Amino acid sequence: MSVVARPAEAANLPYKAPPPIFHARCLACWVLVGVAALVAASFATLDLRWSQFFSVESMQRMGRFAGELLSPATEAKFLARLAAASLETLAMSAVGTLLAAAFGLLLAVPASRGHAGDRALARAPTRLLLNALRSIPELVSAALLVVSAGLGPFAGTLALAAHTTGVLGRLFAEAIENAPPGPGFALRAAGVGEARVFLYATLPQVAPQLLSYTLYRWENNIRAAAVLGVVGAGGLGQMLAFHMGLFQMGETSSILIAMMLLVALVDVGSYLLRRALAR
Amino acid sequence: MSAVALPRPELRDPAWARRVFGASVAAVLLVPLLVATEFRPWVLVEPDNLKVTLRFLGDFLPPKVDPEFLALVAREAWRTVAIATAGIALALVLAIPLTLASSAALSVSALAGRMHALPFALRQSVRGLLIVLRSVPELVWALVFVRVVGLGPTAGVLAIALTYSGMLGKVYGEILESGEAHPATALLRNGAGRLQAFFYGLLPTNAAELTSYTVYRWECAIRSSAVLGFVGAGGLGMQMDMSMKMFNGSEVSTMLLAFIFLVWLADLASAALRRALG
Repeated sequence: MSVVARPAEAANLPYKAPPPIFHARCLACWVLVGVAALVAASFATLDLRWSQFFSVESMQRMGRFAGELLSPATEAKFLARLAAASLETLAMSAVGTLLAAAFGLLLAVPASRGHAGDRALARAPTRLLLNALRSIPELVSAALLVVSAGLGPFAGTLALAAHTTGVLGRLFAEAIENAPPGPGFALRAAGVGEARVFLYATLPQVAPQLLSYTLYRWENNIRAAAVLGVVGAGGLGQMLAFHMGLFQMGETSSILIAMMLLVALVDVGSYLLRRALAR
Repeated sequence: MSAVALPRPELRDPAWARRVFGASVAAVLLVPLLVATEFRPWVLVEPDNLKVTLRFLGDFLPPKVDPEFLALVAREAWRTVAIATAGIALALVLAIPLTLASSAALSVSALAGRMHALPFALRQSVRGLLIVLRSVPELVWALVFVRVVGLGPTAGVLAIALTYSGMLGKVYGEILESGEAHPATALLRNGAGRLQAFFYGLLPTNAAELTSYTVYRWECAIRSSAVLGFVGAGGLGMQMDMSMKMFNGSEVSTMLLAFIFLVWLADLASAALRRALG
């Protein structure tokens, strides 16, 4: 009955080789190989003109660009137009977001299942529509809308509204589905109709969340509105495309500075607002 | 017994004054906004515009599906993915050194309390560079590079590389600094170099988060590389722009469908990758 100490369980564990770096069941290794292959294929198939990019000529052009960019245009008349375009960009983003919030809410109701017994027949098709709206970038819809709404900020506003409707509609629908069901049940049990259940039980509960989603998208939309104009849809982008097309680098530089200021302003504003709301 | 005749319950709103005031303030604010955006929905249904729109939209159905055109769309879709992938690869080449240079988690002088002035200034200036890279939209970089290297994918790759290096660098820095700092500081205190501390202290605990953010950004880059085509940087967007300028609705609708499919596919791939690695 004597216990025999086995040598393998001595103080030091026996020497074991580390696992091999690559083995057939290592998922991460295969993913890594795949990623490397994708990157290699990308560089191989694109006709990238590095020689041209690093050529003396293009370096000189870059240098000249950079030099001219350092001397922004500051004539009073131009600055007035710049301010107007900045305001136009802000207005585009605000109206686009507002429209999107309205349409998003309208579409979020059929896109959500109000209660467990709700058959929600419109849920799948509405969600498909929201996804389609969401997956077309603002710039593409702006380029399409310029055809029917003409050049100018209106096309850009509608494009922002279309994309943002998709985004907000989906977020709103999630918020509505996740709202606590208690108050709604109480009203429903008292025989109140679905429309009023939504208005008096669901909407008040999710309103703060909807508001914060909308503000967040507005922030994104100001950024988007600044460049939308490149396809002719108004705001700072349209000015940028115009002056850059004419190689007026002084004006271009002022417009770029205005864009950056606008975005920085929005960043600071939303940071302060968030901090105020969090308190 | 006679009570004061109250109006019907739905007409009794204790907050009506506030509501009317709020609504009128909103209206007063909204009018200048609508004027500034030239908000005239009726232009959409003016006969001239409507004719053009309807003809263009009518062309959308059926989408163009002849094999030659589909092959072109497939090639351009691959170029869109390739521009995004190459752009992200170059962005990583730029972002990783900038992250290492800007991360306070790898500071040796901060071990003894406050960071010294010189390394502090260096880190802040690298962060400033990242902010500048990030705050210029990729579309603007693309416009600049199209003028320097000409139309084609080079401009798109460079634009994505610059903007995304700013985004990646900033978020990588945040991830590294918010993670568990103990292993790295222990290594640094015991005389390990900064790179060793990074590879053995920071990377193992943060690798999943870093990878998942990179994959997410790759997905975003695919979306934006399709858009960059509109300013001449190659890929699906460039073809779409050309077809739109020729009012060729059936080609546009095929490419829109291809684009939606591509984004959906990238979404799936990125979700699967993140699940596998996370």
